[in-house]
Amino acid sequence: MIRNERMTVVHQAKIAHNIFELTLQGELVQEMTPGQFVHVRVGESFEPLLRRPISIANINNETKEFTMIYRAEGRGTELLSKKQAGDIVDVLGPIGNGFPVDAVQPGGTALLVGGGIGVPPLHELAKQLNERGVRTIHVLGFQSENVTFYEEEFSKLGDTYYVTADGTKGTKGFVTNLLDELKPKFDVFYSCGPLPMLKALEAQFPDKPGYLSFEERMACGIGACFACVCNTTEKHEKDYVKVCSDGPVFPKGVVAL
Amino acid sequence: MSRINISLPGLELKNPIMPASGCFGFGREYARLYDLSKLGAIMIKATTVETRSGNPTPRVAETAAGMLNAIGLQNPGIDKVMAEELPFLAGYDVPIIANVAGTEIEDYVEVAERISKAPNVHALELNISCPNVKCGGIQFGTDPATAKQLVEAVKAVSSVPVYVKLSPNVTNIVDIAKAVEAGGADGITMINTLIGMRLHEKTGKPVIANGTGGLSGPAIKPVAIRMVYEVYKNVNIPIIGMGGVSDAQDVIDFMSAGASAVAVGTANFVDHFVCPNIIDALPAKLDELGVEHITEIIGRSHR
Repeated sequence: MIRNERMTVVHQAKIAHNIFELTLQGELVQEMTPGQFVHVRVGESFEPLLRRPISIANINNETKEFTMIYRAEGRGTELLSKKQAGDIVDVLGPIGNGFPVDAVQPGGTALLVGGGIGVPPLHELAKQLNERGVRTIHVLGFQSENVTFYEEEFSKLGDTYYVTADGTKGTKGFVTNLLDELKPKFDVFYSCGPLPMLKALEAQFPDKPGYLSFEERMACGIGACFACVCNTTEKHEKDYVKVCSDGPVFPKGVVAL
Repeated sequence: MSRINISLPGLELKNPIMPASGCFGFGREYARLYDLSKLGAIMIKATTVETRSGNPTPRVAETAAGMLNAIGLQNPGIDKVMAEELPFLAGYDVPIIANVAGTEIEDYVEVAERISKAPNVHALELNISCPNVKCGGIQFGTDPATAKQLVEAVKAVSSVPVYVKLSPNVTNIVDIAKAVEAGGADGITMINTLIGMRLHEKTGKPVIANGTGGLSGPAIKPVAIRMVYEVYKNVNIPIIGMGGVSDAQDVIDFMSAGASAVAVGTANFVDHFVCPNIIDALPAKLDELGVEHITEIIGRSHR
Protein backbone atom coordinates (compact mmCIF):
# COMPACT_ATOMS: atom_id res chain seq x y z
CA MET A 1 0.00 0.00 0.00
CA ILE A 2 1.22 3.49 -0.87
CA ARG A 3 1.62 5.77 2.13
CA ASN A 4 2.75 9.31 2.67
CA GLU A 5 5.22 9.65 5.51
CA ARG A 6 7.53 12.28 6.87
CA MET A 7 10.66 10.19 7.23
CA THR A 8 13.79 11.00 9.19
CA VAL A 9 17.24 11.26 7.62
CA VAL A 10 19.59 8.80 9.30
CA HIS A 11 22.61 9.43 7.13
CA GLN A 12 23.64 11.13 3.91
CA ALA A 13 26.98 10.75 2.15
CA LYS A 14 28.49 11.62 -1.20
CA ILE A 15 29.76 8.31 -2.56
CA ALA A 16 30.94 9.33 -6.04
CA HIS A 17 30.99 12.40 -8.28
CA ASN A 18 27.49 13.96 -7.85
CA ILE A 19 26.22 10.63 -6.48
CA PHE A 20 24.62 10.62 -3.04
CA GLU A 21 23.52 7.87 -0.69
CA LEU A 22 20.64 8.86 1.57
CA THR A 23 19.30 6.64 4.36
CA LEU A 24 15.82 7.36 5.72
CA GLN A 25 13.87 5.79 8.56
CA GLY A 26 10.14 5.25 8.84
CA GLU A 27 7.24 2.82 8.82
CA LEU A 28 6.72 2.52 5.10
CA VAL A 29 10.05 0.68 4.77
CA GLN A 30 8.22 -2.47 5.84
CA GLU A 31 6.18 -2.51 2.64
CA MET A 32 9.09 -2.17 0.22
CA THR A 33 10.26 -4.74 -2.31
CA PRO A 34 13.30 -4.51 -4.61
CA GLY A 35 12.71 -2.55 -7.80
CA GLN A 36 9.98 -0.36 -6.34
CA PHE A 37 10.59 3.37 -5.96
CA VAL A 38 9.64 6.28 -3.74
CA HIS A 39 8.27 9.67 -4.77
CA VAL A 40 10.11 12.32 -2.80
CA ARG A 41 9.15 15.90 -2.08
CA VAL A 42 12.46 17.68 -1.63
CA GLY A 43 11.14 20.88 -0.03
CA GLU A 44 8.08 22.41 1.54
CA SER A 45 7.60 25.20 -1.02
CA PHE A 46 6.42 25.37 -4.66
CA GLU A 47 9.97 25.43 -5.93
CA PRO A 48 10.65 22.86 -7.17
CA LEU A 49 7.02 21.81 -7.37
CA LEU A 50 6.90 18.15 -8.29
CA ARG A 51 8.11 15.08 -6.44
CA ARG A 52 11.18 13.15 -7.57
CA PRO A 53 10.91 9.42 -8.29
CA ILE A 54 13.95 7.67 -6.81
CA SER A 55 14.79 3.97 -6.68
CA ILE A 56 15.41 1.92 -3.56
CA ALA A 57 18.96 0.54 -3.09
CA ASN A 58 18.71 -1.07 0.36
CA ILE A 59 15.85 -2.17 2.57
CA ASN A 60 16.35 -2.97 6.25
CA ASN A 61 13.12 -4.06 7.90
CA GLU A 62 14.69 -4.46 11.34
CA THR A 63 15.89 -0.88 11.61
CA LYS A 64 13.03 0.43 9.40
CA GLU A 65 15.64 2.11 7.23
CA PHE A 66 16.03 2.26 3.49
CA THR A 67 18.67 3.75 1.27
CA MET A 68 18.39 5.55 -2.00
CA ILE A 69 21.26 6.38 -4.28
CA TYR A 70 20.70 9.26 -6.67
CA ARG A 71 22.56 11.66 -8.89
CA ALA A 72 22.31 15.33 -7.91
CA GLU A 73 21.91 16.94 -11.30
CA GLY A 74 18.90 19.24 -11.07
CA ARG A 75 17.32 21.66 -8.63
CA GLY A 76 15.38 18.96 -6.83
CA THR A 77 18.10 16.41 -6.27
CA GLU A 78 20.57 19.17 -5.37
CA LEU A 79 18.24 20.31 -2.58
CA LEU A 80 17.84 16.70 -1.47
CA SER A 81 21.62 16.31 -1.29
CA LYS A 82 21.72 19.06 1.37
CA LYS A 83 19.60 17.06 3.83
CA GLN A 84 21.41 16.00 6.96
CA ALA A 85 20.86 13.48 9.74
CA GLY A 86 17.75 14.45 11.73
CA ASP A 87 16.12 16.34 8.85
CA ILE A 88 12.68 15.30 7.61
CA VAL A 89 11.89 14.18 4.07
CA ASP A 90 8.32 13.82 2.73
CA VAL A 91 8.13 10.41 1.05
CA LEU A 92 5.26 8.83 -0.86
CA GLY A 93 5.73 5.12 -1.35
CA PRO A 94 6.58 2.45 -1.93
CA ILE A 95 5.39 2.75 -5.52
CA GLY A 96 5.05 0.37 -8.41
CA ASN A 97 5.83 -3.25 -9.11
CA GLY A 98 9.39 -4.34 -8.47
CA PHE A 99 11.56 -7.22 -9.66
CA PRO A 100 10.07 -10.70 -9.14
CA VAL A 101 12.64 -12.37 -6.88
CA ASP A 102 10.92 -15.74 -7.26
CA ALA A 103 11.48 -15.84 -11.02
CA VAL A 104 14.69 -17.78 -10.27
CA GLN A 105 14.67 -21.02 -8.28
CA PRO A 106 17.15 -21.47 -5.40
CA GLY A 107 20.34 -22.89 -6.87
CA GLY A 108 19.81 -20.98 -10.10
CA THR A 109 21.74 -18.03 -11.46
CA ALA A 110 20.56 -14.51 -12.20
CA LEU A 111 22.32 -11.95 -14.38
CA LEU A 112 21.91 -8.38 -13.13
CA VAL A 113 22.77 -5.64 -15.60
CA GLY A 114 22.73 -2.01 -14.54
CA GLY A 115 23.56 1.25 -16.24
CA GLY A 116 24.50 4.42 -14.36
CA ILE A 117 21.84 5.55 -11.93
CA GLY A 118 19.94 2.36 -12.87
CA VAL A 119 22.42 0.35 -10.81
CA PRO A 120 21.08 1.11 -7.27
CA PRO A 121 17.85 -0.97 -7.34
CA LEU A 122 19.89 -4.00 -8.43
CA HIS A 123 21.70 -3.96 -5.09
CA GLU A 124 18.64 -4.80 -2.99
CA LEU A 125 17.62 -7.28 -5.68
CA ALA A 126 21.02 -9.00 -5.48
CA LYS A 127 20.73 -9.17 -1.68
CA GLN A 128 17.31 -10.80 -1.78
CA LEU A 129 18.25 -13.21 -4.56
CA ASN A 130 21.30 -14.33 -2.59
CA GLU A 131 19.20 -14.80 0.55
CA ARG A 132 17.04 -17.08 -1.56
CA GLY A 133 20.03 -19.16 -2.61
CA VAL A 134 20.30 -17.70 -6.09
CA ARG A 135 23.75 -16.97 -7.46
CA THR A 136 24.03 -13.48 -8.92
CA ILE A 137 26.35 -12.09 -11.60
CA HIS A 138 26.56 -8.30 -11.76
CA VAL A 139 27.48 -6.33 -14.85
CA LEU A 140 27.54 -2.63 -14.08
CA GLY A 141 28.00 0.06 -16.69
CA PHE A 142 28.99 3.66 -16.02
CA GLN A 143 30.24 6.69 -17.94
CA SER A 144 33.48 6.88 -16.04
CA GLU A 145 35.30 5.57 -12.95
CA ASN A 146 34.44 8.68 -10.90
CA VAL A 147 30.70 7.92 -10.92
CA THR A 148 30.97 4.25 -9.92
CA PHE A 149 29.83 3.10 -6.49
CA TYR A 150 29.06 0.06 -4.34
CA GLU A 151 31.92 -2.09 -5.71
CA GLU A 152 32.45 -3.72 -2.34
CA GLU A 153 28.73 -4.22 -1.73
CA PHE A 154 28.15 -5.92 -5.08
CA SER A 155 31.38 -7.95 -4.94
CA LYS A 156 30.30 -9.47 -1.61
CA LEU A 157 27.15 -10.81 -3.28
CA GLY A 158 28.54 -12.25 -6.51
CA ASP A 159 30.91 -11.91 -9.45
CA THR A 160 30.93 -8.22 -10.37
CA TYR A 161 32.15 -6.71 -13.64
CA TYR A 162 32.54 -3.06 -14.45
CA VAL A 163 32.21 -1.41 -17.82
CA THR A 164 32.93 2.27 -18.44
CA ALA A 165 32.31 4.28 -21.57
CA ASP A 166 35.76 5.88 -21.31
CA GLY A 167 37.60 2.76 -20.13
CA THR A 168 38.68 4.28 -16.81
CA LYS A 169 37.38 1.24 -14.92
CA GLY A 170 36.84 -2.33 -16.09
CA THR A 171 36.08 -3.03 -19.72
CA LYS A 172 35.82 -0.07 -22.09
CA GLY A 173 32.55 0.33 -24.01
CA PHE A 174 29.01 -0.84 -23.29
CA VAL A 175 27.72 -3.64 -21.08
CA THR A 176 26.77 -5.57 -24.19
CA ASN A 177 30.44 -5.62 -25.30
CA LEU A 178 31.42 -7.27 -22.04
CA LEU A 179 28.50 -9.69 -22.14
CA ASP A 180 29.58 -10.79 -25.64
CA GLU A 181 32.98 -11.75 -24.23
CA LEU A 182 31.77 -13.10 -20.93
CA LYS A 183 29.02 -15.33 -22.33
CA PRO A 184 27.62 -15.84 -18.82
CA LYS A 185 25.49 -18.86 -18.00
CA PHE A 186 22.30 -17.80 -16.21
CA ASP A 187 18.58 -18.54 -15.92
CA VAL A 188 17.00 -15.08 -15.77
CA PHE A 189 18.25 -11.55 -16.34
CA TYR A 190 17.20 -8.37 -14.55
CA SER A 191 18.11 -4.91 -15.73
CA CYS A 192 17.73 -1.23 -15.00
CA GLY A 193 19.31 1.54 -17.01
CA PRO A 194 19.06 3.67 -20.13
CA LEU A 195 16.65 2.64 -22.87
CA PRO A 196 19.32 1.73 -25.47
CA MET A 197 20.86 -0.66 -22.95
CA LEU A 198 17.53 -2.35 -22.20
CA LYS A 199 16.88 -2.66 -25.91
CA ALA A 200 20.30 -4.20 -26.59
CA LEU A 201 19.83 -6.71 -23.75
CA GLU A 202 16.47 -7.86 -25.06
CA ALA A 203 18.08 -8.47 -28.43
CA GLN A 204 21.13 -10.16 -26.92
CA PHE A 205 19.21 -12.75 -24.87
CA PRO A 206 16.13 -13.62 -26.91
CA ASP A 207 15.80 -17.06 -25.29
CA LYS A 208 16.13 -16.04 -21.64
CA PRO A 209 13.38 -14.67 -19.42
CA GLY A 210 14.17 -11.12 -18.41
CA TYR A 211 12.79 -8.23 -16.37
CA LEU A 212 13.46 -4.62 -17.27
CA SER A 213 13.00 -1.51 -15.14
CA PHE A 214 12.03 1.67 -16.99
CA GLU A 215 12.30 5.37 -16.37
CA GLU A 216 10.01 8.14 -17.66
CA ARG A 217 9.14 11.69 -16.67
CA MET A 218 6.40 11.52 -14.05
CA ALA A 219 4.04 13.86 -12.29
CA CYS A 220 1.65 12.10 -9.90
CA GLY A 221 3.58 8.83 -9.56
CA ILE A 222 0.45 6.80 -8.84
CA GLY A 223 -1.08 6.29 -12.29
CA ALA A 224 -3.58 9.16 -12.37
CA CYS A 225 -1.98 11.74 -14.64
CA PHE A 226 -0.98 9.64 -17.68
CA ALA A 227 2.39 11.38 -18.03
CA CYS A 228 4.58 8.25 -18.01
CA VAL A 229 2.81 5.96 -20.47
CA CYS A 230 4.76 3.66 -22.78
CA ASN A 231 3.49 1.91 -25.87
CA THR A 232 3.38 -1.85 -25.64
CA THR A 233 4.37 -4.49 -28.14
CA GLU A 234 1.63 -5.97 -30.29
CA LYS A 235 1.39 -9.17 -28.29
CA HIS A 236 0.51 -7.39 -25.04
CA GLU A 237 -3.20 -7.20 -24.19
CA LYS A 238 -3.13 -3.48 -23.34
CA ASP A 239 -2.17 -0.71 -25.80
CA TYR A 240 -0.11 1.10 -23.23
CA VAL A 241 1.34 0.75 -19.75
CA LYS A 242 2.15 3.36 -17.12
CA VAL A 243 5.72 3.19 -15.86
CA CYS A 244 4.78 4.39 -12.36
CA SER A 245 1.89 2.11 -11.46
CA ASP A 246 2.09 -0.79 -13.95
CA GLY A 247 5.91 -0.81 -13.76
CA PRO A 248 8.57 0.36 -13.34
CA VAL A 249 9.60 -3.29 -13.87
CA PHE A 250 8.07 -5.18 -16.80
CA PRO A 251 8.83 -8.62 -18.18
CA LYS A 252 10.80 -8.25 -21.39
CA GLY A 253 8.63 -7.98 -24.47
CA VAL A 254 5.91 -5.85 -22.86
CA VAL A 255 7.17 -2.33 -23.59
CA ALA A 256 7.81 -1.45 -27.24
CA LEU A 257 11.48 -0.51 -27.37
CA MET B 1 -25.21 21.96 10.30
CA SER B 2 -22.48 21.97 7.71
CA ARG B 3 -20.76 25.28 7.20
CA ILE B 4 -19.24 24.32 3.87
CA ASN B 5 -21.98 22.68 1.77
CA ILE B 6 -22.78 24.27 -1.61
CA SER B 7 -25.79 23.96 -3.92
CA LEU B 8 -25.21 24.40 -7.65
CA PRO B 9 -27.21 23.37 -10.70
CA GLY B 10 -27.35 19.57 -10.55
CA LEU B 11 -24.92 19.45 -7.66
CA GLU B 12 -25.48 19.21 -3.93
CA LEU B 13 -21.90 19.43 -2.67
CA LYS B 14 -20.87 18.45 0.86
CA ASN B 15 -18.09 20.93 0.42
CA PRO B 16 -16.81 23.14 -2.42
CA ILE B 17 -13.71 21.01 -3.12
CA MET B 18 -13.30 18.74 -6.11
CA PRO B 19 -10.32 17.36 -8.00
CA ALA B 20 -9.99 18.93 -11.47
CA SER B 21 -10.37 16.93 -14.65
CA GLY B 22 -7.19 15.29 -15.89
CA CYS B 23 -5.52 15.38 -12.50
CA PHE B 24 -7.42 12.53 -10.90
CA GLY B 25 -7.97 9.97 -13.67
CA PHE B 26 -11.24 8.21 -12.93
CA GLY B 27 -10.54 8.16 -9.21
CA ARG B 28 -9.17 4.63 -8.86
CA GLU B 29 -5.65 5.63 -7.85
CA TYR B 30 -6.70 8.15 -5.22
CA ALA B 31 -9.36 5.75 -3.92
CA ARG B 32 -6.47 3.65 -2.61
CA LEU B 33 -5.24 6.64 -0.61
CA TYR B 34 -8.44 8.04 0.92
CA ASP B 35 -12.24 7.78 0.90
CA LEU B 36 -13.53 9.53 -2.23
CA SER B 37 -16.87 10.14 -0.48
CA LYS B 38 -15.15 12.93 1.41
CA LEU B 39 -14.92 15.05 -1.76
CA GLY B 40 -17.48 17.64 -2.82
CA ALA B 41 -17.47 16.17 -6.34
CA ILE B 42 -15.07 14.58 -8.82
CA MET B 43 -14.36 15.97 -12.28
CA ILE B 44 -13.35 12.87 -14.20
CA LYS B 45 -10.81 12.74 -17.00
CA ALA B 46 -12.01 13.97 -20.39
CA THR B 47 -14.03 11.34 -22.22
CA THR B 48 -14.27 11.12 -26.00
CA VAL B 49 -16.32 8.88 -28.28
CA GLU B 50 -13.30 6.80 -29.26
CA THR B 51 -10.35 5.43 -27.31
CA ARG B 52 -7.51 7.94 -27.42
CA SER B 53 -3.88 7.05 -26.86
CA GLY B 54 -2.66 10.60 -26.29
CA ASN B 55 0.58 12.31 -27.25
CA PRO B 56 4.17 10.97 -27.40
CA THR B 57 6.34 11.33 -24.26
CA PRO B 58 7.79 13.37 -22.66
CA ARG B 59 4.36 14.69 -21.77
CA VAL B 60 5.25 16.76 -18.74
CA ALA B 61 7.91 19.27 -17.76
CA GLU B 62 8.41 21.11 -14.51
CA THR B 63 8.51 24.91 -14.56
CA ALA B 64 8.88 27.62 -11.92
CA ALA B 65 6.11 26.91 -9.38
CA GLY B 66 4.25 24.97 -12.03
CA MET B 67 4.33 22.35 -14.71
CA LEU B 68 3.54 21.91 -18.38
CA ASN B 69 1.59 18.95 -19.64
CA ALA B 70 0.55 17.68 -23.04
CA ILE B 71 -1.13 14.38 -22.29
CA GLY B 72 -3.47 14.68 -25.26
CA LEU B 73 -6.81 13.57 -23.80
CA GLN B 74 -5.77 9.95 -23.43
CA ASN B 75 -8.88 8.04 -22.31
CA PRO B 76 -10.50 4.66 -22.87
CA GLY B 77 -13.52 6.06 -24.76
CA ILE B 78 -17.19 6.43 -23.78
CA ASP B 79 -18.03 2.70 -23.87
CA LYS B 80 -15.42 1.75 -21.30
CA VAL B 81 -16.02 4.84 -19.16
CA MET B 82 -19.73 3.93 -18.98
CA ALA B 83 -19.11 0.22 -18.42
CA GLU B 84 -16.17 0.32 -16.02
CA GLU B 85 -15.18 3.70 -14.65
CA LEU B 86 -18.52 5.27 -13.70
CA PRO B 87 -19.82 2.08 -12.01
CA PHE B 88 -16.62 2.00 -9.95
CA LEU B 89 -17.19 5.60 -8.85
CA ALA B 90 -20.83 4.81 -8.05
CA GLY B 91 -19.47 2.90 -5.05
CA TYR B 92 -18.76 6.27 -3.44
CA ASP B 93 -21.16 8.90 -2.17
CA VAL B 94 -19.87 11.63 -4.46
CA PRO B 95 -21.41 13.39 -7.49
CA ILE B 96 -19.48 13.08 -10.74
CA ILE B 97 -18.94 15.92 -13.17
CA ALA B 98 -18.15 14.30 -16.51
CA ASN B 99 -15.67 16.17 -18.69
CA VAL B 100 -16.72 15.79 -22.31
CA ALA B 101 -14.38 16.30 -25.29
CA GLY B 102 -14.46 15.70 -29.01
CA THR B 103 -13.30 16.74 -32.45
CA GLU B 104 -16.64 17.73 -33.98
CA ILE B 105 -19.87 19.02 -32.43
CA GLU B 106 -21.40 15.59 -33.13
CA ASP B 107 -18.76 13.94 -30.92
CA TYR B 108 -19.59 16.20 -27.99
CA VAL B 109 -23.29 15.58 -28.52
CA GLU B 110 -22.87 11.80 -28.58
CA VAL B 111 -20.72 11.65 -25.44
CA ALA B 112 -22.89 14.19 -23.62
CA GLU B 113 -26.14 12.40 -24.39
CA ARG B 114 -24.84 9.02 -23.25
CA ILE B 115 -22.71 9.96 -20.27
CA SER B 116 -25.36 12.30 -18.82
CA LYS B 117 -27.62 9.27 -18.36
CA ALA B 118 -25.20 7.57 -15.94
CA PRO B 119 -26.87 7.72 -12.51
CA ASN B 120 -23.86 9.21 -10.72
CA VAL B 121 -23.11 11.85 -13.36
CA HIS B 122 -24.79 14.96 -11.96
CA ALA B 123 -23.32 17.50 -14.37
CA LEU B 124 -21.24 17.78 -17.51
CA GLU B 125 -18.15 19.87 -18.05
CA LEU B 126 -17.68 20.71 -21.72
CA ASN B 127 -14.01 20.72 -22.54
CA ILE B 128 -13.66 23.51 -25.06
CA SER B 129 -10.25 24.47 -23.82
CA CYS B 130 -7.77 21.60 -24.10
CA PRO B 131 -4.63 23.15 -25.61
CA ASN B 132 -2.98 19.82 -26.39
CA VAL B 133 -4.97 18.26 -29.19
CA LYS B 134 -4.84 19.29 -32.82
CA CYS B 135 -8.58 19.27 -33.47
CA GLY B 136 -11.47 20.03 -31.19
CA GLY B 137 -10.95 21.30 -27.69
CA ILE B 138 -9.62 24.79 -27.76
CA GLN B 139 -11.02 25.76 -31.19
CA PHE B 140 -14.49 25.70 -29.62
CA GLY B 141 -13.28 27.80 -26.73
CA THR B 142 -11.69 30.70 -28.56
CA ASP B 143 -14.56 31.82 -30.78
CA PRO B 144 -17.73 33.02 -28.98
CA ALA B 145 -20.12 32.04 -31.78
CA THR B 146 -18.73 28.52 -32.07
CA ALA B 147 -18.77 28.10 -28.31
CA LYS B 148 -22.41 29.15 -28.13
CA GLN B 149 -23.38 26.80 -30.93
CA LEU B 150 -21.70 23.86 -29.20
CA VAL B 151 -23.37 24.60 -25.86
CA GLU B 152 -26.80 24.79 -27.52
CA ALA B 153 -26.26 21.44 -29.24
CA VAL B 154 -25.16 19.74 -26.03
CA LYS B 155 -27.87 21.34 -23.91
CA ALA B 156 -30.47 19.90 -26.29
CA VAL B 157 -29.40 16.32 -25.47
CA SER B 158 -27.98 16.41 -21.95
CA SER B 159 -29.98 14.92 -19.09
CA VAL B 160 -28.00 16.95 -16.52
CA PRO B 161 -26.84 20.58 -16.19
CA VAL B 162 -23.99 21.62 -18.45
CA TYR B 163 -20.93 23.54 -17.28
CA VAL B 164 -18.41 24.85 -19.77
CA LYS B 165 -14.66 24.87 -19.10
CA LEU B 166 -13.11 28.05 -20.40
CA SER B 167 -9.67 28.58 -21.85
CA PRO B 168 -7.49 31.43 -20.61
CA ASN B 169 -5.78 31.50 -24.02
CA VAL B 170 -8.13 34.14 -25.41
CA THR B 171 -8.08 37.91 -25.83
CA ASN B 172 -11.26 38.43 -23.84
CA ILE B 173 -12.54 35.61 -21.66
CA VAL B 174 -15.68 37.59 -20.76
CA ASP B 175 -16.87 37.39 -24.38
CA ILE B 176 -16.65 33.60 -24.29
CA ALA B 177 -18.32 33.44 -20.88
CA LYS B 178 -21.22 35.54 -22.10
CA ALA B 179 -21.53 33.44 -25.24
CA VAL B 180 -21.79 30.14 -23.36
CA GLU B 181 -24.27 31.71 -20.95
CA ALA B 182 -26.37 32.82 -23.93
CA GLY B 183 -26.09 29.28 -25.30
CA GLY B 184 -27.77 27.98 -22.15
CA ALA B 185 -24.82 26.86 -20.04
CA ASP B 186 -25.76 26.20 -16.41
CA GLY B 187 -22.34 27.15 -15.11
CA ILE B 188 -18.75 27.91 -15.98
CA THR B 189 -15.59 26.15 -14.87
CA MET B 190 -12.37 28.09 -15.25
CA ILE B 191 -9.54 28.18 -16.04
CA ASN B 192 -7.93 25.47 -18.15
CA THR B 193 -4.15 25.62 -18.57
CA LEU B 194 -2.17 28.41 -20.23
CA ILE B 195 -0.24 27.41 -23.32
CA GLY B 196 3.48 27.41 -22.62
CA MET B 197 6.80 25.96 -23.63
CA ARG B 198 9.98 24.90 -21.89
CA LEU B 199 13.25 24.51 -23.74
CA HIS B 200 15.92 21.92 -23.10
CA GLU B 201 18.98 23.60 -21.58
CA LYS B 202 21.46 21.84 -23.88
CA THR B 203 19.61 21.49 -27.19
CA GLY B 204 17.39 24.57 -27.11
CA LYS B 205 14.53 22.37 -28.29
CA PRO B 206 11.15 22.00 -26.51
CA VAL B 207 11.26 19.47 -23.66
CA ILE B 208 7.70 18.26 -24.28
CA ALA B 209 7.33 16.05 -27.36
CA ASN B 210 4.22 18.01 -28.38
CA GLY B 211 6.27 21.22 -28.36
CA THR B 212 3.79 23.22 -26.34
CA GLY B 213 2.01 22.18 -23.16
CA GLY B 214 -0.56 23.54 -20.76
CA LEU B 215 0.86 25.44 -17.81
CA SER B 216 -0.69 24.69 -14.43
CA GLY B 217 0.19 24.95 -10.77
CA PRO B 218 0.64 27.85 -8.31
CA ALA B 219 2.27 29.98 -11.04
CA ILE B 220 -1.07 30.51 -12.81
CA LYS B 221 -3.22 31.37 -9.80
CA PRO B 222 -3.08 35.17 -10.25
CA VAL B 223 -4.22 34.81 -13.87
CA ALA B 224 -7.06 32.53 -12.83
CA ILE B 225 -8.18 34.82 -10.01
CA ARG B 226 -8.24 37.82 -12.35
CA MET B 227 -10.32 35.93 -14.89
CA VAL B 228 -12.82 34.58 -12.34
CA TYR B 229 -13.12 38.12 -10.98
CA GLU B 230 -13.88 39.50 -14.47
CA VAL B 231 -16.29 36.77 -15.48
CA TYR B 232 -18.21 36.91 -12.17
CA LYS B 233 -19.02 40.56 -12.84
CA ASN B 234 -20.40 39.77 -16.28
CA VAL B 235 -22.45 36.58 -16.05
CA ASN B 236 -25.30 35.32 -13.88
CA ILE B 237 -24.40 31.62 -13.87
CA PRO B 238 -22.20 30.08 -11.16
CA ILE B 239 -18.46 29.59 -11.56
CA ILE B 240 -16.32 26.68 -10.40
CA GLY B 241 -12.87 28.21 -10.10
CA MET B 242 -9.50 26.55 -10.56
CA GLY B 243 -5.91 27.32 -11.38
CA GLY B 244 -3.08 26.72 -8.94
CA VAL B 245 -5.21 25.92 -5.89
CA SER B 246 -2.99 24.34 -3.25
CA ASP B 247 -4.47 25.20 0.13
CA ALA B 248 -7.53 26.51 1.98
CA GLN B 249 -6.48 30.15 1.53
CA ASP B 250 -6.45 29.65 -2.24
CA VAL B 251 -10.04 28.38 -1.98
CA ILE B 252 -11.05 31.47 -0.05
CA ASP B 253 -9.37 33.65 -2.69
CA PHE B 254 -11.20 31.99 -5.59
CA MET B 255 -14.54 32.17 -3.81
CA SER B 256 -13.95 35.81 -2.89
CA ALA B 257 -13.34 36.57 -6.56
CA GLY B 258 -16.68 34.93 -7.38
CA ALA B 259 -16.32 31.15 -7.58
CA SER B 260 -19.05 29.09 -5.91
CA ALA B 261 -16.83 26.01 -5.70
CA VAL B 262 -13.19 25.26 -6.38
CA ALA B 263 -11.30 22.53 -8.22
CA VAL B 264 -7.83 21.35 -7.29
CA GLY B 265 -5.55 20.19 -10.09
CA THR B 266 -1.78 19.97 -10.09
CA ALA B 267 -1.59 20.09 -6.29
CA ASN B 268 -2.93 16.51 -6.26
CA PHE B 269 0.41 15.41 -7.74
CA VAL B 270 2.44 17.18 -5.08
CA ASP B 271 0.40 16.44 -1.96
CA HIS B 272 -1.74 13.43 -2.82
CA PHE B 273 -3.99 14.18 0.17
CA VAL B 274 -4.44 17.87 -0.64
CA CYS B 275 -8.21 17.69 -1.27
CA PRO B 276 -9.17 16.12 2.08
CA ASN B 277 -6.59 18.33 3.80
CA ILE B 278 -8.18 21.49 2.36
CA ILE B 279 -11.68 20.29 3.29
CA ASP B 280 -10.55 19.74 6.88
CA ALA B 281 -8.90 23.16 6.99
CA LEU B 282 -11.90 25.18 5.72
CA PRO B 283 -13.90 25.58 8.96
CA ALA B 284 -10.91 27.11 10.74
CA LYS B 285 -10.50 29.52 7.81
CA LEU B 286 -14.15 30.54 8.21
CA ASP B 287 -13.54 31.17 11.91
CA GLU B 288 -10.57 33.39 11.05
CA LEU B 289 -12.77 35.39 8.71
CA GLY B 290 -15.65 35.54 11.19
CA VAL B 291 -17.94 33.84 8.69
CA GLU B 292 -20.65 31.35 9.60
CA HIS B 293 -21.18 29.70 6.23
CA ILE B 294 -18.78 29.55 3.30
CA THR B 295 -21.40 30.88 0.85
CA GLU B 296 -21.04 34.28 2.57
CA ILE B 297 -17.62 34.80 1.03
CA ILE B 298 -18.66 34.15 -2.58
CA GLY B 299 -17.98 37.33 -4.55
CA ARG B 300 -17.00 39.39 -1.49
CA SER B 301 -14.20 41.02 -3.56
CA HIS B 302 -16.95 42.85 -5.42
CA ARG B 303 -18.89 44.13 -2.43
